Amino acid sequence: MGILDIQSVTKNYASHCALDNISISIPEQSVYGLLGPNGAGKTSLIRIITQITAPDNGQILYKGKPLERDHAMKMGYLPEERGLYKKMEVGEQAIYLARLKGMSKHDAVKTLKYWFEKYEIQGWWKKKIEELSKGMAQKVQFIITVMHEPELLILDEPFTGFDPINAELIKNELISLRSKGTTIVLSTHRMESVEELCSHIALINNSHVILEGSVKDVRKQFRSNMYEIRYHGNRISFTNALWAGFELIDLKEDADHNTARVQMLNNHSPNDLLSVLLPHVNILGLNEVVPSINDIFIKVINDSQANKEQQ
Amino acid sequence: MNKILLVIQREYLTRVRKKSFLIMTILGPLLLGGIFISTLLLDKVDTEVKTLVIVDETKGFEGKFKSNDRLVFIYSPLGMDSARALCKQNKYFGILHIPGKSSSPEVLEKAITLYSESQPGLDMISKIKFTIEKEINTQKYIQAGIDEEKLSAIKTDVSIRTRDLENKETSTPLTTGLGFGGGILIYLFIFIYGTMVMRGVLEEKTSRIVEVIISSVKPFQLMMGKIIGVALVGLTQFLLWVVLTAVIYSGVSAYMLKGKTDKEKVEVLMKSRGIDKEVLENNIDMDAVTDQSDKLGEIMGSINFPLLIGMFIFYFLGGYLLYSALFAAVGAAVDSETDTQQFMLPVTIPLIIAYIAAINVIANPQGNVAFWFSVIPFTSPIVMMVRIPFGVPWTHLAISVVSLIAGFLFTTWIAAKIYRTGILMYGKKISYKELWKWLRYS
Repeated sequence: MGILDIQSVTKNYASHCALDNISISIPEQSVYGLLGPNGAGKTSLIRIITQITAPDNGQILYKGKPLERDHAMKMGYLPEERGLYKKMEVGEQAIYLARLKGMSKHDAVKTLKYWFEKYEIQGWWKKKIEELSKGMAQKVQFIITVMHEPELLILDEPFTGFDPINAELIKNELISLRSKGTTIVLSTHRMESVEELCSHIALINNSHVILEGSVKDVRKQFRSNMYEIRYHGNRISFTNALWAGFELIDLKEDADHNTARVQMLNNHSPNDLLSVLLPHVNILGLNEVVPSINDIFIKVINDSQANKEQQ
Repeated sequence: MNKILLVIQREYLTRVRKKSFLIMTILGPLLLGGIFISTLLLDKVDTEVKTLVIVDETKGFEGKFKSNDRLVFIYSPLGMDSARALCKQNKYFGILHIPGKSSSPEVLEKAITLYSESQPGLDMISKIKFTIEKEINTQKYIQAGIDEEKLSAIKTDVSIRTRDLENKETSTPLTTGLGFGGGILIYLFIFIYGTMVMRGVLEEKTSRIVEVIISSVKPFQLMMGKIIGVALVGLTQFLLWVVLTAVIYSGVSAYMLKGKTDKEKVEVLMKSRGIDKEVLENNIDMDAVTDQSDKLGEIMGSINFPLLIGMFIFYFLGGYLLYSALFAAVGAAVDSETDTQQFMLPVTIPLIIAYIAAINVIANPQGNVAFWFSVIPFTSPIVMMVRIPFGVPWTHLAISVVSLIAGFLFTTWIAAKIYRTGILMYGKKISYKELWKWLRYS
């Protein structure tokens, strides 16, 4: 049982189906990445979790209990399209939104002061949002999202729309929240941030989950058993050394060394490869070619598209 | 419940603290008071004395035109030519020519001419006309063999007193004023604060904050919080207007009327309404005026004020709730203020119909039109308000109240459905067909 169990959730809009029988389980204290191309249904799923809309079918359990209004108090939500009241003062606005999340006025003021000191933005308290730059407003909105210390933080495309400095700041803040035990659900199509942050992912395409699990497991699943070798030596003797158990994928010759990628066949191990090569060339380095989440993402989506076309 | 209070609090405080609220609060009564003051002041400021030369060839009007502090009459025994020269020389305002060729009043009536450099004001013409008419009338009576004694015996002055069945004095102008005034106030209130709700919804939608808020509160709570918050803003403003207007009005009248007799007071008040003293003296029996003011107490007694005020508050709020929910739905359905026009029309048309119906209802407050428009919830807040001072059967009132409550529950229910879907819908031109689909979402 995770902090959030999404069980066969379906959501239809007038013209199309946004989510078709989706089931995923989000473990407590994980950083869960919802991946998928635009229009896959990520935002629809997030809006159901945040109870902005209701599913047509299926249910969601929060720590084993059916999701209800009060659970929203334990969540922090940063929507994809961000914005605040333009004509309201920063401090007042943050306190209002924190109180809507169930904080007392006193606690809200105290916490907000802490955050303002942390980011050294004390001077913004009395400013109106319209007087701030876009980047400054985003910073304020992030503080508002996390200031009531949610157990579950839901971020829709947190890295798009933020300038690089704020994106970095938020990434670091997420890492620190993760270490404090906050469960984070984020949707993104920026794969590098997934590799850095996420412990689990679900890949959604065309309103279906096509891949789900911990990043480690997913990587294992897509392991290609391919190794990259850098060496000094003769190209011909290198290729000759590879016998039936290995397949040379490609070979690149640089000024001072060569780089080859070799696919293992018949359950051969890197040790087998080394023992074959050692007599012939000078090995500089050997490492496994691990598929990036990005590679997996593209591969899986292409495969599923191909399957669809075949049908 | 706690959260809806937070929303109401925010909606109320952000608006009440705005500079525009303060400006409107002060400006509203100042505008009303200003009209009152300026009519009094203009009267004092305007001290130019106009002189009119009268060339009276009939010799029958000698001494009949009475000069006052604004208008001086000079009789010129010489002809028109010398009068013209006199006029130019002394820069007099003009010449009133009463030709004497025919002594028949019928001809004379059409032959009187006022020559002047600049166009004379309505005041001056009516004063001259009044004097001449009175004089010619007298002459006609004399010609017909009626002397002044007989004339004053003939003079008829009918006044119909209206009394209710309990034999209390009533006053049609007063009831009309009360009813129509109340109706207009409700009409304005719905318009001003309804659009304020609409703008508020639109602001939340376009700034995109709405998604953050409805992850904490239900869309319905947010919508109702806004509607109630704005209603409180309206009530606050209304109350401040009433208090401020009363203060300004009583202050100004106390200053203007200081140390004057009752008769002079009436004159000042009448003048402020554009009625001249002389016309006044000749038309209004001053004793009747004082008599009237004694009766005022009795007239006031004939109107059921607790009912009137209670119903005013009910229709004031009921009408506002009914319409502001629709205004909120309009705000939620569109992306920008310019797009609101197409959906505003069906919301404003019933309001305008109610206004027109209200004018007709004054003429016949008990008719069929009056009945139907005063029970249909979209028009009842305005039309019933006009009817109430005239006396409305309890059954009509009950039907109207129940249907208005049902009406605003209905519009709120509809609005909530449109609102819920609309606030998350961007970049799509919404048609009525689309709205209908939203209504049918479960």
